[in-house]
Amino acid sequence: MTEISPPKGSGALARREARLAWGLLFPTIAIVALVVIVPLLAIFWISVKPVSLGDLRPAELRTRISLNDRSDPPQVELRVINPSREQEMRDTGLAVTLPDGVVLTGDLPQGCALTGQRLSCDFGDLKPRTNERFRIDAQVSGEGRTLERAVRDAKLVSRGQVSNVLTNSTFTLDNFRKLFSGGEFWGVFGVTLFYTVFGTLGALLVGLFAALLLNKDFRGQGILRGLYLFPYVAPVIAVAFTWITLFDPYSGSANALLVQMGVSDGAINFFGAKPLALIMVTVFEIWRYFPLSFLFILARMQSIDTDMYEAADMDGASPFQKFWHLSMPQLMGILSVLFLLRFIWTFNKFDDIFLLTGGNAGTRTLTVNVYEQAFAVSNIGAGAAVAVVVFGCLLIFSIFFFRTMSREEGL
Amino acid sequence: MKFLHKGYLAGPIIGALWALVMAVSLGVAISFATGHAARPAVFGALLLGLATGLARAWGGTRWLTDVVAVVVALALMVLGLGALQFGQAFGLEARIVLSIVLAGAVALPLNVILREIQIGALTRHEFEAAVIRFLTGFGYIFFTAIVIIPFYVMVMTSMKSQQELMLNPLDFSIDLSKGWHLFDSYYELMTRFHFGRYLWTSFYVSVLTVLLTLLFSVPGAYAVARLRFAGRKVFSRGILLIYMVPMIVLALPIYIAYSMVGLRNSVFGIVMIYPVTTIPVALYMLQGYFRGLPVEVEEAGLMDGLSRLKVIWKITLPLALPALASVGLYVFMIAWNEFLLAFMLLDDPSKFTLTRGIASLNSSEIPRQHLMAGAVIATVPIMALFLGLERFMTRGLTAGAVKG
Repeated sequence: MTEISPPKGSGALARREARLAWGLLFPTIAIVALVVIVPLLAIFWISVKPVSLGDLRPAELRTRISLNDRSDPPQVELRVINPSREQEMRDTGLAVTLPDGVVLTGDLPQGCALTGQRLSCDFGDLKPRTNERFRIDAQVSGEGRTLERAVRDAKLVSRGQVSNVLTNSTFTLDNFRKLFSGGEFWGVFGVTLFYTVFGTLGALLVGLFAALLLNKDFRGQGILRGLYLFPYVAPVIAVAFTWITLFDPYSGSANALLVQMGVSDGAINFFGAKPLALIMVTVFEIWRYFPLSFLFILARMQSIDTDMYEAADMDGASPFQKFWHLSMPQLMGILSVLFLLRFIWTFNKFDDIFLLTGGNAGTRTLTVNVYEQAFAVSNIGAGAAVAVVVFGCLLIFSIFFFRTMSREEGL
Repeated sequence: MKFLHKGYLAGPIIGALWALVMAVSLGVAISFATGHAARPAVFGALLLGLATGLARAWGGTRWLTDVVAVVVALALMVLGLGALQFGQAFGLEARIVLSIVLAGAVALPLNVILREIQIGALTRHEFEAAVIRFLTGFGYIFFTAIVIIPFYVMVMTSMKSQQELMLNPLDFSIDLSKGWHLFDSYYELMTRFHFGRYLWTSFYVSVLTVLLTLLFSVPGAYAVARLRFAGRKVFSRGILLIYMVPMIVLALPIYIAYSMVGLRNSVFGIVMIYPVTTIPVALYMLQGYFRGLPVEVEEAGLMDGLSRLKVIWKITLPLALPALASVGLYVFMIAWNEFLLAFMLLDDPSKFTLTRGIASLNSSEIPRQHLMAGAVIATVPIMALFLGLERFMTRGLTAGAVKG
């Protein structure tokens, strides 16, 4: 008698379904891998390389050919230049087809060979800053001027490569060493934490307040809800520049208002003075992202069962009691998920601070530091090292996130 | 908080706080509207609020509260202790009218806020309800102010001249006699700074981004939501993880790669990179929606002999149209507002997107109102789209887009 058991392994249908799934996913995976995974790997690679902004365009061999008809005998001149100041150029060479009417008669430079009208040379490795001239006697038949132009315009194919810092095997930990050795890093890290923690908490609390306001039916509720989303929907560059205009120390309305109301005596430099600038960018972050928390919290609130509140009313619970003991426990899930998500994204935020202060006046966060190192100091390697640190933090956060996420299920 | 549960304490205290809120709001509103000084005075506001709150708690009638508020406000004004201290620009009539307006702004809402408050002991219920009504009123004013003021400043600044701005930064009144010259900044941006072209570039880049994103994410999202295959869970988590990778971390190698390949400074390069930044978001949102669709309909289609791809095309997609609209709108918004990549990858003014164009206006040689006009030009289309399709937009935002 045969044992009865569920089928083992996957059947033909299941296999077909999986094949289809991978087929549908393939384009997405391919393109995301190309533009996300590859750059991520590249960041790790670059972070251990001494790359600066100037190294992005590796030096190329420069060659020029010309004919001097007036000398006696006429000479063809070859110039070979290695423009790199530091690096040796390997496997250099050139090839050119001379125009008819120019026949080389003199000694060819070492490594050169002539087949018919075609001159090809191999110069081997050239030292940094090599600048050589080779003169070769020639016989000219025809009009000198025309031939000079013809030689100058002859198509010159040159080759030679410097070793590219991006691809060679020089590795260094200097980027990281420099990053952690100065006291600067921990300052930047502290600023990032302040911005992230208070920005996230602030946006969450303000959003909760806004959601409580709108969690009832009245005329105009839809309009207010749309209105309160404005800060989030508007382009960041537009609102950031508006804030700068509004808080300008000389022509800003906020300062004029404060002076007029007697709160301050003189102009306050909101985005330029040390502790204030950090507080201001955090306030901006709260202002810009409270709509998002508000929207999510409101959506959750509206799905809470009203029976519970009716029961609480029967038992004589006061409004605050209902909020603390009924609403809050129901909202805890969405609040914790929102907190973690917003925490991660605030940590990653770049545009806002970059536009508001450019990372000056004690507002430089890690992400702004990536840009500063790579482009302002033009040390791409150091920028990549900061990026690696950012990515490492992100991984740690996401572990927490997925733990909470699987507990809370969905969002 | 127990000791506050008495009408003669709760009424005046809430009244005083409310009067303070109103004095500040009215002062700011008057300043922004006229450009003249109207300073809220704490002491006067507290007195006015105390009196009004006490009148409401004690007398318990609407008209008494209103009368007390008006009388107290006018008396304080005459004594020079008014809750609003006016500058020289305001005449006597204006002061009286504004004082009465302030009294109304204090008394009318307080009548509602202190509805259940009597002079004696209060139940916890009555007290907390009053506090909540106070907080609600405060909240509406607070949120409306913080949202409206920056946009108001943005629009008004764009219509003023540099001199006017420096002269009195508070004066946002518009000189209507200037007629069309109010829009000089816009005219100049459109003609001299090529903003028309930037608008068009931003528009078609955004539309292409939406189309490409949907093209790639719909099949992917369907596969993750419906089909069973090994690695499905890892994959859907991977999407979220990628969705969290900071843009600046990716922007650096992309900048390097683009510099080497020569794709920098080309709109093509931008169109290639934007969809990839939005695909994870779209995948995440769409798969959530696909999961919510009834499987039975699709199974019926399969039973009737449609292939999977046909099922997607003929059943799932038509059912998911609202979701596609939401996701499309959201992606459009991301692409339209995108700044970092455009800023890093585009240097040639003839290829700028709108956000990059605005960034180029941020120099000391270009007057502020041009910058603000640029901001308005970038904001208005997305706002119009948002208000027109608000239903889709809010759905799209809540469908899993917590990214900013």
